Amino acid sequence: MAEDVAFKHIEKTSLIGKRIKKPDAPAKAIGKTRYINDMVLPQMLYGKILHAGRPHAEIISIDTSEAEKLAGVHLVITAKDTPDLKLGFVKDNAPLKSKVLCERDEVAAVAAESEAIAAAAIKLIKVSYKDLPGVFSAKDGLKKDAPQIQENFPGNKSLKFKFKHGDLAEAEAGSDIILDHVFNVHYVTHCCMGTSCAIADFDHNGKLTIYSQTQYPYNYKMDLAPALGIDPGDIRVIQPTTGGSFGAKLDVYPYEPVAAILAQKTGRPVKVLFDREEEFINSPTRQPAAIHLRTGCTSDGILTFRSADVLMDNGAYTSWGPTVPVIMMRTVSGHYRVPVIDFKAQAVYSNNAYAGSFRGYGNVQMTYATAQHMDMFAEELSEKHGMDPIEFHLKNAQKSGEVTPQKSYLRECVLAECLTTAAAASDYVNKHKTYTEACTEEGRYKRGIGLASSIHNAGGAKIHKSDGCGTILKMDDYARVTVITGASEIGQGIDAVISQIVSEELGVPPEHVTLVNNDSDIGPWDVGVHASRTTFIAGNGAKRAAIKAKKQILAAASKQANVTAEELDLRGGYVVQDKDGAAVIRLDRMLRQMHFQPTPDVVMVSDYYEPNSELEGKDHISDHSAAYSHAVHIAEVVVDTYTGEVKVEKVTMAQDVGRVINRMGLEAQMEGGLAFGLGFALSEEMIFEEGRLLNPSFRDYKVPTAPEMPEIEMHFIESDCEEGPYGAKGIAELPTIVIAPAIANAVYNATGIRFLNPPMSPEKVARAIWEKKQADS
Amino acid sequence: MKKHAITLTVNGEERDLIVPSNRTLLDALRDDLGYTDTKYGCGTGECGACTILVDGMTTINGCLTLAATMNGKSITTAAGLARNGHLHPVQEAFIENDAIQCGFCTPGMVLKTISLLDENPRPTEAEIRHGLEGNICRCTGYTKIVEAVQDASRRITGSNVSAIGE
Ligand code: FES
Ligand code: FES
Repeated sequence: MAEDVAFKHIEKTSLIGKRIKKPDAPAKAIGKTRYINDMVLPQMLYGKILHAGRPHAEIISIDTSEAEKLAGVHLVITAKDTPDLKLGFVKDNAPLKSKVLCERDEVAAVAAESEAIAAAAIKLIKVSYKDLPGVFSAKDGLKKDAPQIQENFPGNKSLKFKFKHGDLAEAEAGSDIILDHVFNVHYVTHCCMGTSCAIADFDHNGKLTIYSQTQYPYNYKMDLAPALGIDPGDIRVIQPTTGGSFGAKLDVYPYEPVAAILAQKTGRPVKVLFDREEEFINSPTRQPAAIHLRTGCTSDGILTFRSADVLMDNGAYTSWGPTVPVIMMRTVSGHYRVPVIDFKAQAVYSNNAYAGSFRGYGNVQMTYATAQHMDMFAEELSEKHGMDPIEFHLKNAQKSGEVTPQKSYLRECVLAECLTTAAAASDYVNKHKTYTEACTEEGRYKRGIGLASSIHNAGGAKIHKSDGCGTILKMDDYARVTVITGASEIGQGIDAVISQIVSEELGVPPEHVTLVNNDSDIGPWDVGVHASRTTFIAGNGAKRAAIKAKKQILAAASKQANVTAEELDLRGGYVVQDKDGAAVIRLDRMLRQMHFQPTPDVVMVSDYYEPNSELEGKDHISDHSAAYSHAVHIAEVVVDTYTGEVKVEKVTMAQDVGRVINRMGLEAQMEGGLAFGLGFALSEEMIFEEGRLLNPSFRDYKVPTAPEMPEIEMHFIESDCEEGPYGAKGIAELPTIVIAPAIANAVYNATGIRFLNPPMSPEKVARAIWEKKQADS
Repeated sequence: MKKHAITLTVNGEERDLIVPSNRTLLDALRDDLGYTDTKYGCGTGECGACTILVDGMTTINGCLTLAATMNGKSITTAAGLARNGHLHPVQEAFIENDAIQCGFCTPGMVLKTISLLDENPRPTEAEIRHGLEGNICRCTGYTKIVEAVQDASRRITGSNVSAIGE
């Protein structure tokens, strides 16, 4: 026995569920991390885009001559210089436009020696427009005499979805209470702290390297290539560190092909970087929606049906925004059992801004409506029939093993536990009663408590032919591990999770695991960061690759130690006996021995993990996720009835997380997600007037700051998902989804006023309180 | 446009540069001197990403300050906080408490925290939240940042390190 293993025993320990620090945090804390926004390449030019700044117009002429004459300007391009190939979900968008359909429309672009010169050149481009009458709402877009926005879409009709299950008329007839409301969910935007940026660079062979903030590097190539007239195989995507994304970069947007076209034509690298005002105007929004929701219930508190008729302002182009009904139709029920469903959605082209994907994708909108209907039922049933509100929720809560009409198979469902846990922890029932009684009393400050819950996919969403992720894992002679994964890090913390999983399996410290996941020429395929899928899918991939590596090492060690591989384990940097942890050999030595022998045995393994979910068909109805998860939020608010200000004091959340992997990272995702939902509920709103954004700044578009955030009490319910890595489920979207209606229900509890149209801004709340007073007196 | 020859001491290093009158300190630091750890988030004084320390403990927004007015000043950015190979206790606290996600707001938050703790070494939670009001973070929801500031306060007051870590 070698000296360094004599009498050494290593106990089995686990990192799963522990608080693991993020590997990228130190570099970020000391400012060493290079973000794409910071990058400068030799010979690089600066690209700048001229946006139309008007919602609907013909372009009569563009005179670029003055701009071209400016010293330092290399190139000015317009629609005539770009291939007429299209971007977007239905290929209705072009990098540069020959007709203006919305305020942000890209009309011309410049490449110049400096940002200042590029900005000056843009001002010298003279465009003469003929303004056209516009369409500024979905309703107006449907009118007979409405101007047609997109040539190929008569009547301004964009995407359309429907799902029907059961006999609606019969269910209505069997209902004792029917609620019927229209909820108008507004425009908000991501506000990533790092503004949008792309750097394009062609090599001598015509191969494009694009430095990008994209969340989906592999399919991105396919979407970008047609706009450049090149083969997707000739695009290499490099993802430097990015200042947030949250869904904003799940599509190709015009500035990216514009950067590439400028680079292609000038033969120099070109960087396009937005300033904050450009970011507000030219980034995708959350999909706004008018949701006409009807829900039925018996006097025993059993839900009978739900119909949702969703009208969406598509804006001028179709990115991911108007596809959100795919998730809406699934989350319209599924937390509560609804036997009969009638869902339809129609998107209508307009001259407004257009929406992309955004954390909570469709479900933020849908849950804002459904959770208020649940609260209305609970109130009525308690008043008329003395039913306990939690009992009402529990009666309808879905259970493990149930399959929803949308074919979501709820393998492990712990909604009931989420409900009882959150309700008990916050003393919901008592407080709700007390505040209800106090609601009509005099007094400036009113307290309220509100509950909301929802369901979301938690194991990916198979909307593409594959929802998989590739992993390549290698170990060197010093027992350092390199994991090459398709999964992108966009600040959400997947690097920490993967290091942790790999270190769990291979018994090496997480610091000894290096992640490579920012270069599409190196990484294996992954569908992208969306649908709360990364921990689940990439985590499983990393785990499976690590297990393969472990098997290989233990097989080699077992020959040496004359025991079976099953009797060995990897712990603390050693091969050990599984039963008592007695060290057999140091892991790095073992790896060197395997390597340097007549038939080298080097650890280089790979895995492609495809979740066992079903591909969505045309109707979008399938068991499309490998897991589903539920969450309950209870918000406690104080409403200042004079100013209309709503202060959220405390949020108690209970969420099915499957199993905690990195506790600290999990908390961080919950808190961050909650902030998004809170901003959406209370203060964030893009205000448009005839298609023009009136508040493109942080002064006028109010994202939450530190004083607004409540105390948060988190309860992680571990349902132990069979398919998830160590039982984990994806978690990142539910915190954004559930909080807003919990706040709305709490504001109702405090004031007796329902807010069907968020945000509950001070002006709106104060006005509603005043109007109610007028009406009451 | 008029140009000005100025000298700035950035993270202890003297740097000479020539700037036009309208050049912001943020642009001078990032583009002329390469201190890209100072971030651009809005350019209008609303997000705090460009926060820097001037002459010790005062924070300013680099995006609202003209470089030409800063002649002779001493500036500290996040990259200049480490001492003898050790991170500043505020940086340590941010790392330990997972107060960093995308990290874009982090340099500004760290510097703001240092000045906050210099003025008030044992702030209450409300004072911390109020003190960070001008710094936007879109990722964390601030909970872990507030915890990091509390932790940093303990580290600094407990170990008698001055807030600048000297
Ligand atoms: S960049 Fe200076 S405050 Fe935002
Ligand atoms: S960590 Fe991303 S903005 Fe603060």
